[in-house]
Amino acid sequence: MYVIVVGGGKVGWNLARELMDKGEEVTLIESDRRRYLVIEQELEHAVQYGDATELWVLERAGIQRADLVIAVTGDDEDNMLVCQVAKEKYLVDRIIARVNNPRNLQHFKMLGIQPAVSATDLILRLIEHEVPRYGLVHLLALEEEKLEIIELEVSHDSPAAGKRVVDIDLPEGCLIISVLRGGDGFVPKAETIVQGGDEVLLVLDPGLEEQITPQFTSPGDN
Amino acid sequence: MFVLIVGAGRVGSSVAKTALTAGHEVSVLDEDPLSHERLDVGADGTWEDRGGRFTVGTALEIDALLEAGIEQADAFIAATDGDNTNLVVAQLADKRFGVERVIVRVMDPYRAAWYAEQGLETISPTAHAISMFNKALDL
Repeated sequence: MYVIVVGGGKVGWNLARELMDKGEEVTLIESDRRRYLVIEQELEHAVQYGDATELWVLERAGIQRADLVIAVTGDDEDNMLVCQVAKEKYLVDRIIARVNNPRNLQHFKMLGIQPAVSATDLILRLIEHEVPRYGLVHLLALEEEKLEIIELEVSHDSPAAGKRVVDIDLPEGCLIISVLRGGDGFVPKAETIVQGGDEVLLVLDPGLEEQITPQFTSPGDN
Repeated sequence: MFVLIVGAGRVGSSVAKTALTAGHEVSVLDEDPLSHERLDVGADGTWEDRGGRFTVGTALEIDALLEAGIEQADAFIAATDGDNTNLVVAQLADKRFGVERVIVRVMDPYRAAWYAEQGLETISPTAHAISMFNKALDL
């Protein structure tokens, strides 16, 4: 596989190194002359100097035959446009873009650039997973299908504790799909009683979390 | 016509002033508050007194675009000093906000040509300079 990595910062350089260790053919493009000279001592001919938003720089790197283009500069506009021309002008099969500012993620999507990876976002998700505030964990977001699956811990003094599934006050567009209790999981029926200490999995339309969580947390937490 | 101009440098501010004088509604967005001065130079009264709008903000921030009135804009001009910024915000104006007329300055003639093929109205000062030099030398 031939991979072009754009941006020789910590992410790009290490990525290039890892890919080369795995036996892939890699060209790294770096636009800062001094940085380029440092990287060149290690990567030699596998690094090229230039601004990858200029088409001739991409062509010199052989973008016409690239299987994968990864844009990981510190500049979101650069990453967007490199990926856009890679995909639409040079018909590169696969692209991956780094998102520096998560607020720009919407712009990547608008330009059809996927996957767009945001480190901030990944770390936030890790924090959510490791330090579940209100006991809520995002397990899965099916963005295309517009569905999410979340996991919630049921507080003993929450409104839902001791209630039948059918009696829990939940908004339209969400469903309890599984209850985890004492290490076992089962699919609840309408009359299953949810207990404090249970973990429940819910599938929901995005954006309903805030209406759902108060049912499973103690009133004092909200 | 409501014209939104992003980037109040020499080009952006000059087009803004001309459009305002010609009787159009003009809103200017620039991240540098000092760029406002260019809109006042050589005119009587401030830009706002003459009916212009000015917003401080970055064009990639949707809130800044909204504050500058992108939803009402009939024409959008991307004239910051960065090709990449111009190309991204122009596509935002076109694809996301559906502005009828989007004109974008792209210094790099090759990309200006490619994005023009994709349907953007591009202006490349570099391409103009090249052809004028060539013409001056009868090439």
